Amino acid sequence: MQGWWQIAFYAAVLVALSYPLGIWMARVYTREGDDVVERRFLRILGKDASTDQDWKGYAKSVLVFTVAFTAFLYALLRLQGHLFLNPAHLPGVPWQVALNTTASFVTNTNWQYYGGETTMSYLSQMAGLAVQNFVSAGVGMAVLAAVIRGIARRGSGQGLGNFWRDLYRSIVYILLPLSIVLSVILLSQGVVQTFHGPASATTLQHAHQTIARGPFASQIAIKQLGTNGGGAYNSNSAVPFENPTSVSNFFEVLAILLIPFAQVVMFGRMVAARRHAWVLYAAVFAIFAIGVAVAYPAEQHGSSVLRNSGVNITTGHGQSGGNMTDKEVRFGIANTALWATATTDVSNGSVNGGHDAFTPAGGAVPLVNMFLGEVQPGGVGSGLYGLFFYVLIAVFVAGLMVGRTPEWLGKKIEAREMKLAAIGALFVPTMVLVMTAAAIVTKSGLASIFNPGAHGFTETLYAYTSQSNNNGSAFAGYGATDFSTTLGTVALYFGRLVPLLAGLAIGGSLAVKKTVPFSAGTFRTDGATFGVMLFGVIGLTAGLMILPALTLGPIVEGLMH
Amino acid sequence: MRALGASVVAIVLTTAVLGLGYPALMTAFATVAFPSQAGGSLIERNGVVVGSALSAQGFSSPRYFHERPSATTPAYNAAATTFSNLGPTNPALAKLVGRNARAVLRLERPFNPGLTIHDIPVDAVVPSGSGIDPDISPAYAQLQARRVASVRHLALATVKRLISEHTSGRALGFFGEPGVDVLELNLALDRLGGV
Repeated sequence: MQGWWQIAFYAAVLVALSYPLGIWMARVYTREGDDVVERRFLRILGKDASTDQDWKGYAKSVLVFTVAFTAFLYALLRLQGHLFLNPAHLPGVPWQVALNTTASFVTNTNWQYYGGETTMSYLSQMAGLAVQNFVSAGVGMAVLAAVIRGIARRGSGQGLGNFWRDLYRSIVYILLPLSIVLSVILLSQGVVQTFHGPASATTLQHAHQTIARGPFASQIAIKQLGTNGGGAYNSNSAVPFENPTSVSNFFEVLAILLIPFAQVVMFGRMVAARRHAWVLYAAVFAIFAIGVAVAYPAEQHGSSVLRNSGVNITTGHGQSGGNMTDKEVRFGIANTALWATATTDVSNGSVNGGHDAFTPAGGAVPLVNMFLGEVQPGGVGSGLYGLFFYVLIAVFVAGLMVGRTPEWLGKKIEAREMKLAAIGALFVPTMVLVMTAAAIVTKSGLASIFNPGAHGFTETLYAYTSQSNNNGSAFAGYGATDFSTTLGTVALYFGRLVPLLAGLAIGGSLAVKKTVPFSAGTFRTDGATFGVMLFGVIGLTAGLMILPALTLGPIVEGLMH
Repeated sequence: MRALGASVVAIVLTTAVLGLGYPALMTAFATVAFPSQAGGSLIERNGVVVGSALSAQGFSSPRYFHERPSATTPAYNAAATTFSNLGPTNPALAKLVGRNARAVLRLERPFNPGLTIHDIPVDAVVPSGSGIDPDISPAYAQLQARRVASVRHLALATVKRLISEHTSGRALGFFGEPGVDVLELNLALDRLGGV
C-alpha cells in the first residue's frame, strides 16, 4: 500500500505542475517580439535566422545543424585525450563507440555503449554530451512548435516559424531555468559537482578506494528534463552520486515526465482546442498508469529464482522485499518500477535500477512502452508529434467507421497526411523488427547477448527498440560489438529523422489547408469516445506489431518459470 | 550554406554558454552553498578521508556491518559502477543467490542459533544497482546486530540503538524506503570503542 501512495502522490504533483508549465510554454512559443539577447543572437546567426520558414526550410536548418553538431561532437570525443579538463587522463574514445555515442546524443537518445566514469573526460561530459542534452531536446521542442503552428494556422501563408528562434526560446525560457532549479535541488541532496579529479580514501579496513566524481549535478538536471537519460556514471541514476536520496529520486523522476505532459497542455492552448488536448492527456496518462500497475506488482512479486531460493522477499519488517536484483535499497521496488515506466513512456532512458534484471512482466512494460513509439506523451517535442500520427490514424479510422470525412481541428485529412502519418507511426516499429531479426540470425548479432534463453532474445529486442525510438535505456547486459554499435547507429539516426520529417511535413501540409467549419457532420475529437478510440488505435497499430516478438521474449520466459 | 553558417555560430555559442558557463556557474554555487555534498560527501576521521557516505567500501571484517553484494570489478569499485545484468531466470543468478545466502548463514549463524535461509532479507544476497549501494535494509542490519555486538563485546541493545539512530526514514514520512548507511553506522561503532 505504501508504494501505491508514493506513486499516487507523484502522479498528483505531475498533473499539478504540468498545467501551469504548459500555459507558460504556449506563451513562450507564441510571443510576438524578441527579447534583447534573442535579437542579437538571431542577428549573429545571419540570414537563416531572420526568415519565416516553410516546413522544408525548417527541416533543412534542423538537418544541417544536426550534421554539423555530429561532426563537432565526434571530434571532441576522439580528441579528449589531448584536451583540458581530463583529470583522470582518459584517452580518446574509440571510433566505433564515439560514432555511436555521437549519434546517440545528437538524436536525444543517450544510449550508452560506454561507462561514463571510465570513458568520458569532464570536458566531454559537460561541453560535449551535456550540451547535446540541451540542444537535442531544444531541437525536438522547436520542431513540435513548428508542427503545431502548421496545425493551428488559419489563413494564408506557409510559414511555420523560424527554427533558430524556437531553439533559442526552448533553451533560454524553458530548459535552462528548469535545469538551474533542479541542479540546486540535486546539490542539496548530495549530487556531486566539482572540477576536482576522483577522490581517494583509505577505508576503515585500510584499503585504498577511488571515488569517481565530476561536474555532474548540472548535467543530471538537464539529462532528466530534456528526456536525454545519459548518465555521468555507468549505472546511471542508480549511483548514489547521481541520485543520493528518495528526495532527489522524486525530483529526477518528476523531471522525466514534466515537460512532456506540459507540452500536451501547451498544444491545447496553441491550437485553441483545450478539451481535445485534455482527451489526449487522459489517453496517454492511462497508458502510463497501466504500465505502473503492471510493473510494480510484478517486481514486488519477485522473480522465480528469488522465490525458489528461500530467501525472504516479503515486504515489511524492515525491507521492501521483492526483486531487489540490481535495485537500490533507498528506492525499493515502487520507486524503481515507477521510474522504469516513466523513463520509457517518454524517450528519456535514464534508469535508477537495472532493467535487465527485471522480472519478465516487469521488463516487458518498458519494452512495450518504447515500442508504442514513446507517445505517452513521449520525448520532449518528438513524443507529441509522434502522438499526432496516431491521432490522425484514429480520426481517419473513426471517419471510416461512421462514414464521415475525416477532419482534425478544422482541417480535412486527406491521402497525403494519411501517408505521412502511416510512415511516422509504422516506420520505426518495422525497423525495430527487421533489425532484431538481423541481430538474432547472425553470429555477430548473437555475440552481444549476455543472458541465456528467451531473456537473451528480449535483450536484443530491447536494444533495437530503445535505440530506434531514441530512448537509451537498456537491458544493459547487451554488449558492444562492431556489429551492434553500427546497427545501433543506423537505428538512432533513422529513428530520429524519419518521424521528425514526417511530422514537419504534416505540419507544412496542414498549414496551407483551408479551414472547414465545424458542422453536425464533424466527428468530435474532444470527448471520451475519441480518447478510447485513440487508446485503441495505439494498441492496435504498434501494440499488435510487437505481440509476436513479445511471445518469443518475456512471455515465453514468464511461462517457463 | 546559410544554414551551415548559422549552425557553426550556434555550436560555438551553445558550447560556450551551456557547456562551460552553466556548469561553471553551478560549480561555483555548489562550492559556496553545498561544499561537502558537491565534493562527494566525503567523511574524514582524524584528518584522513575514510570514504564517502554515498558509497559502499566492501566491509568484510566480522567487527563491522557488511554491505550488499556488488557486481563491479573488483567489488565495490566506486570508479566503475555497474549492474549485474543477471536476468530473472538466469541459472547464474540462482547460483549467485545460493552462494551469497550460504555465506551469510556461515557468518551469522554462530551468533543467531537456528538462523535459516528464510530469515535472510533479499537485499543481502542480490547485487545492488550501482554496485556501491551505501545502504542496507533495516532487516539486514538487524540480522547482523548480534554478530557485531558479540565480536565487539557490546550490549545488543546498544548496537540496536545505533542501528535505529542511523536508519534514514522515508522522506516526508512516506517517500522512498528506509535504509541504514553502513559506513556511518560502522563509524559510530568505532567511536563507541569496544575491542
